[in-house]
Parts: sequence; structure tokens; C-alpha cells
Amino acid sequence: MSATLEKGLNALREQIDAPIASYFSSCVRCGMCAEACLFFTETRDPKYTPIHKLEPMRRLWEQEYTLSGRVKKWLGLAKPITDEELEAWSPLVYDSCTQCGRCSMVCPVGNDLTYMIRKLREGMALSGHAPPDVVSAVNRTVTLGSPMGVKLKALQAQIRDQEAETGLTVPINVQGADYLALLSSMEIMNFPEYIGSLARIFDRAGVSWTLSSEAFEATNSGIQIGQADLAGAIVMRIVTAAEKLGVKSVISPECGHAYTALRWEGPNLIGRPYRFEVVHILELLDQLRRTGRLKTRGKVAEPLTFHDPCQLVRRGGVVAQPRRLLGMIAADFREMDEHGVWNWCCGGGGGVSASERANALQLTSFRRKQAQLEKLNVETMVTACANCRIVLEEGLEHHHMDIKLVGLTELIAEHLEE
Amino acid sequence: MRDETMLELLRRQGVSRRGFLKFCAATASMLALPPSMAAAVAEAMATARRPTVIWLSFQECTGCTESLTRSHSPTLESLLFDTISLDYHETLQAAAGTAAEAAREAAMQNAWGNYLVLVDGSIPLKDGGVYATVAGKSNLQTLREVAEGAAAIVSIGTCASYGGLPYAKPNPTGAVPVSEIITDKPIINVPGCPPIPVVMTAVLAHYLTFGTLPELDGLGRPKAFYGESIHERCYRRPFYDRGLFAKSFDDEGARNGWCLFELGCKGPTTHNACATTKWNQGTSFPIQSGHGCLGCSEPDFWDAGGFYNTLSTPITPVTGAATAALAAGAATGLAVTLANRRRKANARRAHPEVTIDDLEK
Amino acid sequence: MNAMELLSWSRGPGLGIATAVFLFGMLLRLFEIYSLGRKPDLAPARPNSPGSGWRTIISRSVPEAPVFRRSAVTLTSGYLFHIGFFIVLLFTVPHITLFESVIGIGWPALPTPVVDLVAVVAIIAMLVSLLHRLLDPVKRFLSGFGDYVAWSVTFLPLLTGYMAHHHLLPDYTLMLAIHILSVELLLVLFPFTKLTHMLTLFIARWYNGEWFGHKGVAS
Repeated sequence: MSATLEKGLNALREQIDAPIASYFSSCVRCGMCAEACLFFTETRDPKYTPIHKLEPMRRLWEQEYTLSGRVKKWLGLAKPITDEELEAWSPLVYDSCTQCGRCSMVCPVGNDLTYMIRKLREGMALSGHAPPDVVSAVNRTVTLGSPMGVKLKALQAQIRDQEAETGLTVPINVQGADYLALLSSMEIMNFPEYIGSLARIFDRAGVSWTLSSEAFEATNSGIQIGQADLAGAIVMRIVTAAEKLGVKSVISPECGHAYTALRWEGPNLIGRPYRFEVVHILELLDQLRRTGRLKTRGKVAEPLTFHDPCQLVRRGGVVAQPRRLLGMIAADFREMDEHGVWNWCCGGGGGVSASERANALQLTSFRRKQAQLEKLNVETMVTACANCRIVLEEGLEHHHMDIKLVGLTELIAEHLEE
Repeated sequence: MRDETMLELLRRQGVSRRGFLKFCAATASMLALPPSMAAAVAEAMATARRPTVIWLSFQECTGCTESLTRSHSPTLESLLFDTISLDYHETLQAAAGTAAEAAREAAMQNAWGNYLVLVDGSIPLKDGGVYATVAGKSNLQTLREVAEGAAAIVSIGTCASYGGLPYAKPNPTGAVPVSEIITDKPIINVPGCPPIPVVMTAVLAHYLTFGTLPELDGLGRPKAFYGESIHERCYRRPFYDRGLFAKSFDDEGARNGWCLFELGCKGPTTHNACATTKWNQGTSFPIQSGHGCLGCSEPDFWDAGGFYNTLSTPITPVTGAATAALAAGAATGLAVTLANRRRKANARRAHPEVTIDDLEK
Repeated sequence: MNAMELLSWSRGPGLGIATAVFLFGMLLRLFEIYSLGRKPDLAPARPNSPGSGWRTIISRSVPEAPVFRRSAVTLTSGYLFHIGFFIVLLFTVPHITLFESVIGIGWPALPTPVVDLVAVVAIIAMLVSLLHRLLDPVKRFLSGFGDYVAWSVTFLPLLTGYMAHHHLLPDYTLMLAIHILSVELLLVLFPFTKLTHMLTLFIARWYNGEWFGHKGVAS
């Protein structure tokens, strides 16, 4: 129990870099970022304006890294950052932000506010101002290996079920396999069909793959709370296992922040490049499609749409692959009005869905997705992130909407050519 | 002779009563007085005694006198000139030396408190005023002495009004205008380098007629002649408004009579009657002749950035200040860079080994 | 001090001071930003990325339609004011002669009546902008003293320039002096307000585009 304000401020000092300085120098208080944030659009409460969420960090930057700010501080005219302020900011930084990245796309002067929120969380975490539920999730991840406390035994049970279902064996700890597949706790517990889908697709496509008993969890709570050391330690488990098994590539599952953590933040967290590649399952499936190894039969007749997981698409760059894959198996695919890198967040990523404190706000924010869906006439929504799935299901339920949610990998597996 | 009225003098010189009345009407109109005032002017002039006028010439070029006397036929200017009793004028007087000075002192004695003092040229103050003296006596001292018994003072030309050419940087003689020396007498400024002749005489006429100063603007100039800028009355104004400018002397624009703003014309900030009254009995004025207005009736016109640089250009080049600022900015920037990097490095060094315990207070 | 002396001061020492403070402050800001550095990204970049820093510098000026719809007043008044301001600044003859005397090159002007109309549009856009900042809940919430100062020092040169050109106050010399002084006020306060965005937005957009471009997204 050693979080202190000074440790938090110190973390901020470390994190503030040239991009952040240029962002704070450029903000003209135009408020456009508010209109990009679903927490603002569905509540109309100005405190959810993204740039406002960053105020403590802005003041620290001004006071510590600008001449005029330093002079102001020296003259005693600077308002210090206090524990009370950070505590008051905790719901803004964690409950009303999923790090979806839409604000970063909209800001006219080019500010990447999401990048700044991520770094502000470093300070919030070490000063003890992260939401208690998110702290618990990190605890469980570090001590037990999974934010939901899913241990190897639970995974093995699910694997046995899936093997029975598919009649295939799920490889574990296979030395020298091409691919190491990771899973998210959410998938293991709520959507274990994903495991069966992988088995069937890889069997049909002739992909050499394995799971690892030492590193099966892809979810990185360290990224969600925003604490680089812990996030790095979590990534390192995967890296160690992957490099020990000598795989060529690690597959990130249908989870948004897991992809961000492993593919984009990972090497920077551990301080070195990997000795393997990282692909999202959709990237791999699309490669298999392109090389003719993935063959499907039949199409889904009912109209369906795709929800773009923010970390995968907008912040991750896997934009076209889901569409190409849907092209194989959907007869009537309808894009949402704002789709691809412009889609709206499910409202539950980045630690929001893990935090009880944020639940009411999360459900309110779902109205944005509801508005998108009401413009279409679909009964099915496909997505590629287990957390989005759960959050969207909860939202649909809460708002009495009758739309089915399906994972893309599962859908592909269901249409594999015999 | 001294006690002749002006009308008597004019009659003696062969000017008919009709001619006299025409002169009074013209003077009234020049002063923008209503036509009914012509009679008042006539009445005043007819009965006025020839007033004593003392003309002091200080640090000047004599251009104002040249302008005033540059007339080739009996003109309003010369008529008026002949009606006053010009008891002291260094260029025009016949006497010289101590005789001239004696004449001046006698005139002052005779009309103490009532004489008019006209001054052209600035007054140098540096080194005890040694840069302009008459018989060893500084102009400064002379001005003070003569002004003491004056009814009013007219500063003729920009030098007397605002310091003029000697006042321009670096002002080596410490030149100042009349109004900076004499503060207890009514002063009319009639600036211009030189002033328009008829402006000078009309101002005199006004004073002689009414015994009061005409309405003056914030810089002490008669509003009748200095109330508007050249720009407001310039015949080339439509070209300015449409954005048609001559870019060099004798280019197509210049030959078409386009606006001379880009050639440095100071018309917009210059108040004078040149655009309407013009020069040489209404012949022309600088802009009409194809040269931009110099702004010669304004204070500091010599230091206004150059006659051929527009009003929008800097008077002193900014490159010096800019270079110094960039150098200082870079130096300060380097200092801030070092400070910033050190702070960041310290923060990195202070980064603790993080465990899950560090997430809670 | 009379109007002519004020004008001469504003065209002399005033301009020197304003230019110096502006250049000093802006250069210092550049150092302040770049001194903090950016860690190299060890994650492999996506090849053939559609996005990049340079691209975003340009593309961020063109908002997507749904984004525009949600911020129509902000964007419309903002664009009209910015474009109008720069047209007036760069394409009237007196300003061009000023630039020519300082940097050595000039360029053709736009017809005066055109620039005049643009100035009116820009002034109206700025007034709308201020009104919106006061009435819109988000902008009002975000705005502080500095924002209103920035608006004022930007508005004054436009207004006083228009007034000077049209001889709207009795004394043109004074009006011109006020106009030039208002510009000098703008320059002096520039580096200490959000107006620094004029320079730093290019840096921000570049970093933004590079971050997204690395992931294969055009932002």
C-alpha cells in the first residue's frame, strides 16, 4: 500500500514527451473532442470533454516543462496538483474513457488525446487513484495470471469440452509450432467456442499451432490501469513462453486491448523487439483466405453488421480484414453509418466494463451504439472482441433490443468447407 | 503713415473700394466663413490700424518667406503683406545690423502687448543655444524677449510648429518648436514645408479681422486648412479605393495617374489644404505632379520612415531586433532544454520497482 | 504624445519590441516541445501504411461529414475567420509592402473591394465565434481568461484595420497608430496564449499522423 502523490507526479514527469507538449500547446478549446466522445454525446455533460479529462497533466506540463510555467510556479502563482484533484479526476480518466481514440481522430489541431489519457493513467495508477475494481483485476492478473482469476485448470476444462465438441485435439506446449495462440479470460469463460473454432479452422487450413500452459492469457490489465511496469511484466510472460517454444508468430485473440498491449505497446514495455511476430486472429484468417487455405461454403442470408473494436481497428490498423472475411460469408453485410476507423466505441473497453463504479455511465453511453443500430435493419451484429461482445450484449439487453451478437472467428468456423 | 487705416492705405495704392470688398469677400470665403461675414471683414479691415508684425527667423531655410513672397502679380498675398506694418524681417528688410535690431525694439515698445509675432525656423537649445544667434544673442533669448509683449504668435512652417528638419534624428542642435518655449501666449501653428501661401495670409487675415485665433485642431493648426487629410480630398482617391497603384515612377500605373501609396505617399496621415487649394495659384500639388505627398505639415515627417517607403513599412528595420530575439530564444531554449532533460532524467531515476502494492494508498 | 508620434513609435520601437517578443517566445516554445523528445517505437511498423505525419498535417484540415455535422458552427465560423484573416493579412497592398520591406519579397494583391468584403465576413465570423464560445455549454466550460484574451487580441487588428481603411474614426493618423499597436499587442501576447497553435498544430498533427500511421491507419 505504497502509492503516493509524489510517485504519481513523478510518473507523469517521466511520461510527458514532445508529442504531449505539442498537444497542450495547440489546444484551442474548440470542444470538438467532446462531440467525438460517446460519454459526452449521450450525457451532454461538459466534464466528459476529453481535453478536460487531461487537466491535471496539462498543469503539470506547464508548471514543470515550460519557462513561463516555471516562473509562475516560482512566483507562487501556480495551482498545485493535489491528491483531492486526482481523486476527483479518477472517474473522468477511467469511467468515462475507454481509450477508443475517436477524439484523436477529430481534434482539428491534431491532438492525440487518447495517447495522453494512457499516459495520465500512469500517474493516476501510481498515486493510488485508479478504480478499485481495476486495481483488483490487475492484482488477479499478476498473482493468478488472469484478471478474472481464470486458472489453468478452468482453461483445461473448457478445452476438454471443445475437444469433445469438435473431435479435434487442442495442442498445448508444442515446441517449434508456427503459431502460439493466446486467449482472453472473457473468451475462456463466456465464449469458449472460440477455442473450438480455432481448432477447426487451423485443422482445415493446415496451420501448425499451439497453446501454452505458462502463458495463455492475452488480456493485459496493466494496459487498462495504465501502469507500464506491470503491463510489461504481463507481456513478458507471453514473450518468455513464445520464445521458449520457438514459435514464429503469436496470435492475439478476439480482444481489443490485448492486441494493443501485445502488438503495439509490448516491445516498448519490455524494452526490446520480440523474436516473433504478432498477428491478430483476423489478420491470420485473412492471410489464409488470401493464400487459398481458408475455404468457406454458404453465406449468412440475414442482414448483418460489424461493430469495429476500437483497439483493433482505429487504434490497431486491422480495418479491411474483417470486411474481407465477412465478404466470404455474408450475403447482406450492412456497414454502420460511421464505420471502420470512424465507428463508435461499445462503451466498455479500457477497464470501464471491469469497474462497477462505471456501470451506469457505461449503460448510458450504449445509446450511441443503439442510435447506430436503429438506422440499420439488422438482427445480427458481428464483432471481434470478447469484451465488446459482453458489453454490447449487456447494452442491448438493458435497452430492450433484439439483436444477436456473434464473434467473427466463430462465424467463419461455422462456414468452413467440409 | 503708421496711423493710416488699411482702407486708406489701399486707396492710396490705387485699390478701388470694389476691389477692396472683393478681397474681403475672398478672404472670408477662404476662412470658410458665411458670406454675411464678408461685411464684417470689410468693416474690420476698413477701420483697422496697420498692425505691427515682427517676423523672427530662427533655424530655418527661408523657404517659408520664399513661399509667401513667391507671387508674380498683385495677389491677395501681396495685398495683405502691404497692409501690415512688417517692422522686422531679416530677409526682406532694408536695414541691417544694429539698425535693424533698433527698429525692432522701437516697434515692440510702440505696440507693446499688441504686436503679432511670426516665427519661422526651430529654436536650438543645445550648448546654451549657440547654434543660432544674432550678434551673439541666442534665438532662444530673442524669442523669449520678443514674445513677452506679443499679443499672439504664429509659428510659420513645420520647423517653428513642430521642430521640422533640424528636429529630425539625431537632432544635433537640440531643436524645439516655438510651443515648447512659449507657453503663456496664444500660438497658431501654420505648418508645411513650406506652408501654402494663401493659408499663411488667410490666418493672418483672420486674426487681424477678429482679433482671435481661428478654430484650431489638437496640434494647434487652423481647422479651416488642416482639418482634412490630403487623402480625403485627393483626386486619385478612387484609384486607392479600387486598389490601383503605381508601382514605380513612370510605369503604366503612374502614367495613368493611379494612386501613389506604394511609392510612399503620406497623404492619408497628412493634414493640409494641398489637395484643394493647391500651389501656385491653384496650379498643381505634388500628387498631381506624380510624386507622393511627403507629409510635410505633420510633426516628425522627416523620421516617418522615408519618403518612398509606404506608411505600412517599419521606420527602423526589424532585422536587428529579430536576429537578437532569435539568438536569445535559442540560448534560452537551450537552457530550458537542459533543464527539461535533467528533470525527466531525474524522474526516470526516481522510478521505483513497481509491484501491485504500489497501486493502492 | 500626439497621434503622429504614436504612429511613428508604433512603426519604430513598437514594432521592434513586438517582433522580438514574438520570435523569442515562439522559438522558445519550439525548444520546450522538442526538448522532451519521443521514445523510438520498438513495435514493427505496418508496411505500406496509408497514414503518416505529413499526410495528417494536410488531411486534418478536411473534416469528415458526420464530424462536421456535429460541430458545424465551430467549423464554419472557424474556417471563415481563419481564411478571412489570412486573406486580409496577406493580400492587401499596405500589408504586402510591409512584408516586402521585411523579408524582401512581395506578391500580387487582391482587389481592394474583395479584401474588404472578406474582412467583413471574417469580423462577423469572429463575433459568431465569440458568441458561440459564451453560449455553447462545452466551450463555456472549457474557456478561461486566456481564451477571451486570445479572441480579443486577434479581433482588434481586424476591426481596427477595417476602421482605419474606411476612415471610420475622425483622426486617421490615430486610427492607423491604434491598428498597428493592436497588431503589436497580438504579437507580444501570442507566445503566452493558445495562439501558439498557429505553429504547434503542425507538430501535433505530425505526431498524431505518425502514431496512427505506424499502426496502418490514416488519421
